[in-house]
Amino acid sequence: MSEAALTQAGPQEGMDGLVDDWSSDKQTYHVPWGKAMMWIFLVSDTFIFTCFLTAYLHVRLTTTEPWPVQGAIFALSLFGSDPIPLILIALMTFILITSSGTMALAVNMGYRKDKEKAFWLICATAFFGLCFVGMQMFEWSKLILDEGIRPWQNPFGAAQFGSIFFMITGFHGLHVSGGVIYLMWVALRVRRGYYDDKGYEIVEIVGLYWHFVDLVWVFIFAFFYLL
Amino acid sequence: MSSEAGQQHPLGIYYKIWILLFVLSGFSYAVDFYEVQGAMRWTLVLLFMTLKAGFITAIFMHVVWERMALVATILGPPIVLLLFISFMAIEGNYTENARFSYMGHDRDAVALTPEDLHGGGHGGEEHGEEAEH
Repeated sequence: MSEAALTQAGPQEGMDGLVDDWSSDKQTYHVPWGKAMMWIFLVSDTFIFTCFLTAYLHVRLTTTEPWPVQGAIFALSLFGSDPIPLILIALMTFILITSSGTMALAVNMGYRKDKEKAFWLICATAFFGLCFVGMQMFEWSKLILDEGIRPWQNPFGAAQFGSIFFMITGFHGLHVSGGVIYLMWVALRVRRGYYDDKGYEIVEIVGLYWHFVDLVWVFIFAFFYLL
Repeated sequence: MSSEAGQQHPLGIYYKIWILLFVLSGFSYAVDFYEVQGAMRWTLVLLFMTLKAGFITAIFMHVVWERMALVATILGPPIVLLLFISFMAIEGNYTENARFSYMGHDRDAVALTPEDLHGGGHGGEEHGEEAEH
């Protein structure tokens, strides 16, 4: 069979497609290279966060000191009420989901070449990201200054609580901060029409990164705050 | 179906998944708010977490529409990680039991709460007890 006949056969789907894509010397992933590379990066990032969360699992299992009660530590009084458990964390979760929604719409608008809407939706995403980082800074300062939690000790229970907390939420917050910068960079270029010739896959690529940051928070919210 | 043309889908599905994610997050928070404890807490929190993670990956990150070669690259390695996590869980349980059995640590120790330390009034009592479970 000639090479032309092979390419004309068209890509198959499912398992046959998997074998087809990996066989012989040709392009494996039928996506823009930037998107494939972003996925490879996200898989490696998954390994980093899994290592952190597994370290947390192991430390929390093996320590014989009682683990501090998250519900009480992350409680907050609103307008002079009794402390409401985890209310700040719940708000942060909702803000991050809101930003994920605006990001998904921005990707869609990018492919429609609706530059104005894509620009404003990416800006909204970055704004919610900034809100998230701001609330995290508030949370950190409250824990450090008011509750006296340190990476090496805290007054409530197991000393490892602080190191795990600062490590995991800090690394996640760093991802959010980096994401905000990345988003604004892409937003400004979208508005300038920089991608008119190149194509708007870049909005989907930055979207993948942003959804991943939201995804990591889903796991942190469940394992660190709720369980 | 092919992603070479870019991932373009009707807006409706994004709105639906967006709302669903809000509802699921609300449920997760309700588990804590109504102080569901024990096995039920684990089941519900992990269920809502898995659903949220699944919808974000599948729809927002477009994985359901990608070709199998890319899907296998994305989901394969994290599945292997589950094995690593279970090994560490088993080993961690063993270490904990060894420490309780041979090093004389107190199995019934209870963590303190901010109310205990700052002498605040009520609201923290229920939480103080849950650490025993």
